[in-house]
Amino acid sequence: MTELILIAISAAIVNNVVLTYFLGVCPFLGVSRRLDMAFGMGMAVTFVVTISGALTFLTYRYVLLPLDLAFLQYIVFIFVIAGTVQLVELFVRKFYSTLYDAFGVFLPMITTNCAILGTCLFVWLKGYDTLLKAVVFSLFNGVGFTLAIVIMAGIREELTQSDVPKPLRGAPITLFVAAILAMAFMGFAGIGSSQ
Amino acid sequence: MTLSPEPIDRPQLAAATAPHLMDAGSTTRRMMGDVLLALLPVVATSIWLFRGNAVRVTLLSVGVALLTEAAVCRMRRRKLSLPDGSALITALLLAMSLPPELPSFSVCLGAFVAVALGKQAFGGLGQNLFNPAMVGRAFLMACFPAAMTQWTLPVSTPVATDGVADSAVDAVSAATPLAAAKFSHQFTDLESLLTGNVAGSLGETSAIAIVLGGLWLLLRRAGDWRLTLGMLGAVSIGAVAELLLRGREAGFGWLSHLSSGGVLLGAFFIVTDPVTTPLSARGRWCFGLFVGIIVMVIRLFAGYPEGVMFAVLLGNAVTPLINRWTLPTPVGGPVVLPRQPTSEEGEADA
Repeated sequence: MTELILIAISAAIVNNVVLTYFLGVCPFLGVSRRLDMAFGMGMAVTFVVTISGALTFLTYRYVLLPLDLAFLQYIVFIFVIAGTVQLVELFVRKFYSTLYDAFGVFLPMITTNCAILGTCLFVWLKGYDTLLKAVVFSLFNGVGFTLAIVIMAGIREELTQSDVPKPLRGAPITLFVAAILAMAFMGFAGIGSSQ
Repeated sequence: MTLSPEPIDRPQLAAATAPHLMDAGSTTRRMMGDVLLALLPVVATSIWLFRGNAVRVTLLSVGVALLTEAAVCRMRRRKLSLPDGSALITALLLAMSLPPELPSFSVCLGAFVAVALGKQAFGGLGQNLFNPAMVGRAFLMACFPAAMTQWTLPVSTPVATDGVADSAVDAVSAATPLAAAKFSHQFTDLESLLTGNVAGSLGETSAIAIVLGGLWLLLRRAGDWRLTLGMLGAVSIGAVAELLLRGREAGFGWLSHLSSGGVLLGAFFIVTDPVTTPLSARGRWCFGLFVGIIVMVIRLFAGYPEGVMFAVLLGNAVTPLINRWTLPTPVGGPVVLPRQPTSEEGEADA
């Protein structure tokens, strides 16, 4: 249990997927202009990353490894993620059409979100050897992504009232803010590692 | 307004737009003057404790910060914003949070980043979202991690020199009280923490000087006491929890936690920045408590011995969210936020 809690904290805060690994920066910058959209994106990513984390874990362990096809990991993982996104999209469109309208274009966009492929690969790189650990890790990576993008969206809504110099408006100031956020998250380094 | 000779039968209402100042003297400049006055004991103590290094770091930081501010104002063709004193305060706060032996070029870089990236990139005074001094310090921490954790004892501290002639010793390196407690379980006595005879950043060692200046700051209402009290309260709770959980021997102690590291400097001078903190009273309590909790989390669980800088930056980052969730309800019912126009901007990237 303690180990699971540590995995969760580590994934969501200490090794935040956006602010320490700099994965998934495109939606982090692209969909963070408004808080409600950012939260929707975060929820969608969390949902997809949890399911694809579990599926890629099973695929790798019970298909690729026994067949000695580990070198196909990247291609197979991308297929699995794209398939998951399609499946989720079909399901949501059919049964929760309001949610589908709210997500709009973000749902298919998630296929190309490197945070998700990154998370699926990290499960193996970090040596999480049970399905439960893989799912918890994936879920809290999604939570960490949501946290980062919601904080960013709050800041960017506030930034609309700031008199930012013209050359810095838009992407540059957003990257500045992302840099400062990353420096702030540096402080959590080392939680749960030794002691 | 001239009074009419006959009594008037209806109330006279002056119509003007906000802000309604009770006192024409309450300007940015006067407020910054109060902060400056409050910083005086801190700066004086640091110069007395660390002598030449304190003077060097402070002067360099102030010089570069003022130059940067002037250069940016010129580049943007704005009115020179030096007279409001905010750049000076940023520079002093940065200098007080730096280690005494930090190389001169790092100090200059830090001051430049604090003013240029921390403040002017966001549009100048009143528009920056992060505390400029802490942005500068975090930047230095990321760039020069070794130099930023190189601590020396104050020059005024009597040290056993083991036969080496006194004049041969420039500075004695030592761990900060927090690092000593965290990594080698040596606890510094409270008296040294109060007077400042310990290793640490220039302005953070002497608790007495900081509290003296800080109380003036709060009395003049240049800083909100809720922020200070919230942060100190959360740190106290964390310290007591540590004592209860780890026992009296292993815990650092309540007063020691409060008076070591950057907590006091942070609570009185950094989190009281009115620009980068929430607007409502309830929001300010939340902010202070949040910062205090993060400080204790980093102190007790993370790799760094001290976390005031990170905590303040994280607090600044969630300030827009705190503002949103602690919107005060005015008389007559809650405010309905105007919905921003939907655009296709979200579809731009993939």
